[in-house]
Amino acid sequence: MLSSSINLAIGPAAVLRPLRLRGLVMDAPIVLTVFAICALGFVVLYSAAGENESLLLRQAVRFALAMLAFVIIAQVPPRVLRLWAPWVFFVSLSLLLLVEFRGVTGGGAQRWLDLGFSRFQPSEIMKIAVPMMIAWFMHERALPPTFKQLPILLLIICAPTLLIALQPDLGTALLVMASGGLTVLLTGLSLRLILALGAILLGSIPVLWNYMLDYQRVRILTFLDPESDPLGAGYNIIQSKIALGSGGLFGKGWLNGTQAHLEFLPERSTDFIFAVLGEEFGLLGLLFLLALYFVLIGRSLYIAAQAQDTFTRLLAGGLGLTFFVYVFVNTGMVCGLLPIVGVPLPLVSVGGTSMVTLMAGFGILAAIHGNRKLLAP
Amino acid sequence: MKTTIRLKDHWKEQRLFLSRLFAIGTIILLLAGVLIWRLFQLQIVEHQFFADLSQGNRLRIEPLPPTRGLIFDRNGVVLAENLPDWELIIIPEEIIDLEESLRRLEELELIDSTEHSSLTELIRSHRGFERVRLANLTETQAARFAARRHHFPGVDIQEGLVRNYPFGELTGHAVGYVARISPSDLDEFARGSLDRSDYAATSLIGRSGIERSYETVLHGSVGYRQQVVNAQGRVLLDSTVSAGDVLRLEPSQGGIETRWPIPGDNVVLGLDIHLQSVAQRAMDGFRGAVVAIDPATGDVLAMVSAPGFDPNRFSVGLSREDFRALSSDPDKPLFHRALAGSYPPGSTIKPFLGLAALHYEIVEPERRNMCPGYFVLPGYSHRYRDWKSQGHGPVDLHQAIVQSCDVYFYKLALGLGIDNMSVFLRDIGFGVKTGIDVSGENSGLIPTREWKQSQFSKREDQVWFPGETVITGIGQGFVLVTPLQLAHTTAMLAMGGQRFQPRLVMAIENGTTGKVIESDSVRLNVMSDIDESHWQEIEEAMVGVTEDSQGTGRVAMRGTPYSVAGKTGTAQVFSLAQDQEYDEEEIDERLRDHRLFIAYAPLDNPAIAVAVVVENGGGGSTTAATVTRKVLDAYLLGENNVVQQY
Repeated sequence: MLSSSINLAIGPAAVLRPLRLRGLVMDAPIVLTVFAICALGFVVLYSAAGENESLLLRQAVRFALAMLAFVIIAQVPPRVLRLWAPWVFFVSLSLLLLVEFRGVTGGGAQRWLDLGFSRFQPSEIMKIAVPMMIAWFMHERALPPTFKQLPILLLIICAPTLLIALQPDLGTALLVMASGGLTVLLTGLSLRLILALGAILLGSIPVLWNYMLDYQRVRILTFLDPESDPLGAGYNIIQSKIALGSGGLFGKGWLNGTQAHLEFLPERSTDFIFAVLGEEFGLLGLLFLLALYFVLIGRSLYIAAQAQDTFTRLLAGGLGLTFFVYVFVNTGMVCGLLPIVGVPLPLVSVGGTSMVTLMAGFGILAAIHGNRKLLAP
Repeated sequence: MKTTIRLKDHWKEQRLFLSRLFAIGTIILLLAGVLIWRLFQLQIVEHQFFADLSQGNRLRIEPLPPTRGLIFDRNGVVLAENLPDWELIIIPEEIIDLEESLRRLEELELIDSTEHSSLTELIRSHRGFERVRLANLTETQAARFAARRHHFPGVDIQEGLVRNYPFGELTGHAVGYVARISPSDLDEFARGSLDRSDYAATSLIGRSGIERSYETVLHGSVGYRQQVVNAQGRVLLDSTVSAGDVLRLEPSQGGIETRWPIPGDNVVLGLDIHLQSVAQRAMDGFRGAVVAIDPATGDVLAMVSAPGFDPNRFSVGLSREDFRALSSDPDKPLFHRALAGSYPPGSTIKPFLGLAALHYEIVEPERRNMCPGYFVLPGYSHRYRDWKSQGHGPVDLHQAIVQSCDVYFYKLALGLGIDNMSVFLRDIGFGVKTGIDVSGENSGLIPTREWKQSQFSKREDQVWFPGETVITGIGQGFVLVTPLQLAHTTAMLAMGGQRFQPRLVMAIENGTTGKVIESDSVRLNVMSDIDESHWQEIEEAMVGVTEDSQGTGRVAMRGTPYSVAGKTGTAQVFSLAQDQEYDEEEIDERLRDHRLFIAYAPLDNPAIAVAVVVENGGGGSTTAATVTRKVLDAYLLGENNVVQQY
């Protein structure tokens, strides 16, 4: 790539100008890898969804929308993104509040359906808005953040996290918290503060535990160890482990996954699609997908390392790490390493809203990299 | 203001950032390593194990249902038990063609074709391994299916337990019933009030009464066993059987295991089934309700709603038509009159209003009022009539209750005013739910000015009229009470102001250990600021009702070896025109007056408080009192040995 071949430290006499050599800002490594992952995704989805073409078509439409979001956002200079950051954050926060408020007055079980769509959007945006807000906040200030700035950072993370968790959408809440938390780690917050926060978090667990009712405790224990409840949450895990394990090294071959096709495996086309891949393409198929993911993550972190100011650096790093959490939580859940949280496999699972936000995030990364100010002779 | 200014050191910041990025990147690589190691474990190391499981040999999880807790009466008589029977079940994941299977089961007359769609919906809402109960089978049906079993992969018969209520109709309302889990119950699971996976093997769920309110206590916890079966359904390995070596499996290796179900807890009711049957028989042929309460604890000794229904019909599965017939019966057998029926209290409200008048010092007990047989509000022409058209003559409070003089209470109500009346009646337990431990209770109605304002849209209707105060004095107008509330407040009269929350369940017996935990009576607010002599005054008047030669309840209570405090009541269903005479013969049966009676006995240490409502005056004016007499006799004299344990 052109950008990576230019030496940054040429000298003070150099003139700064934006890198706008071609018309569109696109980041080839990102675009190519995303296409590769999605192509693999379509192949698996075709099998997982029982060779259902209309579902595939809908997924393709979502992918097209997501690409559109990518291309548009990639053209926005990071300077503009920075100006927008607080607006994006506060508008989605108020939307979250609105959803919460309307949800309560709606009452009953009906509200889940009624607000299905409108509640989805603000919480999805938060996955980007929280790292943006933190990056914006730290941009004008010296790194690492001081002790006094810490409460503000925590508030930026916790307010949306709590609102989303109350909806309740535990998976998204977790991702939003991770996106904020990782961005704060990148600010260089002193290790002592990190340890202290961790200690407080751990210390509060027994206290909370004491206040919980028996059935709540049972639910948490099942959540942490789903296999203790094979009739409930554990059923999915047992079936997905059988799917993965029976796939072996090479897999049973495309469209030949018995677990998936005999309808043993629940949520095959959404949260547990990774197990379908593992059953039909084996360990090699899984490693191939994981490798593609790591190209994306590596590229994101490289962009973060190359970024030129605090805002873009933190934002790029935060988004890249969030993507890793995304991948790890889903795959860890499917192979029984982590509790069951409703997190889809990025770019592969059916479900459009998260794909759009993901690609918007990559659009930001492309924008950051493509709009660097180069020191040109 | 800031005292120190920290300058941005871009070079240093970038180094800090990069070091963090590097550290986190390392952690990411470690986590990726863990993930890959895990995948390697599953897909390479344990590959054979899982391959065996998936290749025709399936790991089948069979949920084991817990035994539902029993329900006993206060003397240990079983009111609800579990009997073995045959159940037709379906395992969704083993079915090849659901529609076809159901159709052929219908042909064999094992399931009802009218339930086709609801069964389909029920099956689809279960997960593949969960066994869905389709029907209870008779012996012959079970035999018919057994002969054709091989035609029905995924359908099976299994020995199950069906709920049985030995006393049938006698406990239909009081104990409630269970019914097959329906899609609406599954909605309830979705809302999280019950644990969905706990019901994986259960086919019956509490639908009403104790069975419903104590569902979580009675149900118990599901267990499961795991089996490795081959494609033909043959069990190769069963976790309940000591592990064979069929697949060279070790239990630890992805393992198969058993968890036995935990039976539900047994529930002991305060109900006395003997008394219940006496009350039920006394109500035979009438519509209405009987509630008997132990005043010292709040235990419900008997609770009858007539007509009743046989709860056993629900637990074996009621057909749609039968259910429609039951629910559209004009006598409303499914309606729990004792809890949810709200009736005008009629004159049974008089002792309570008498108490209020004494408390607020509205009347002097000794002072006599002339009763000419009617009452006219100053400035109005409308005559509020006494039930005795020639009048009671001069009566004091005592005689007004004994003879149930309406005119006296018209004046008394006017003196109290609606505000005092409503506050007092609410304080003693009318107009609010008693909080009994089953659902479905109605709160009755004690009207207030605010209530009336909120109920009517037209401005002129929103005003509270003095005439409405007047008729509240004899328990007519807007005021409504439930039989349970009447029994509850009568118990309070018996206890001189102490109130205990009515309850059906006295104790819970652990289903595994047999340990009995008795629940404490819940004491409600005590009417302690009412003078002792006022209670005395009212009690003497209520004794007069049953003993005085003028007493309205004397006929029914004649010759009791114990002393009874009681009060009669008549509730108008139908308003008469100004000069019309009430003639029972001429009025449509459904519009005839309701008859009520409240009583407690014996006086020195009250053991029982009873309220009886007989709708539409079935059996004449003394029916309610006669029913009460039978209940009191049965409990206090003991036709057999159930009484006087304490």
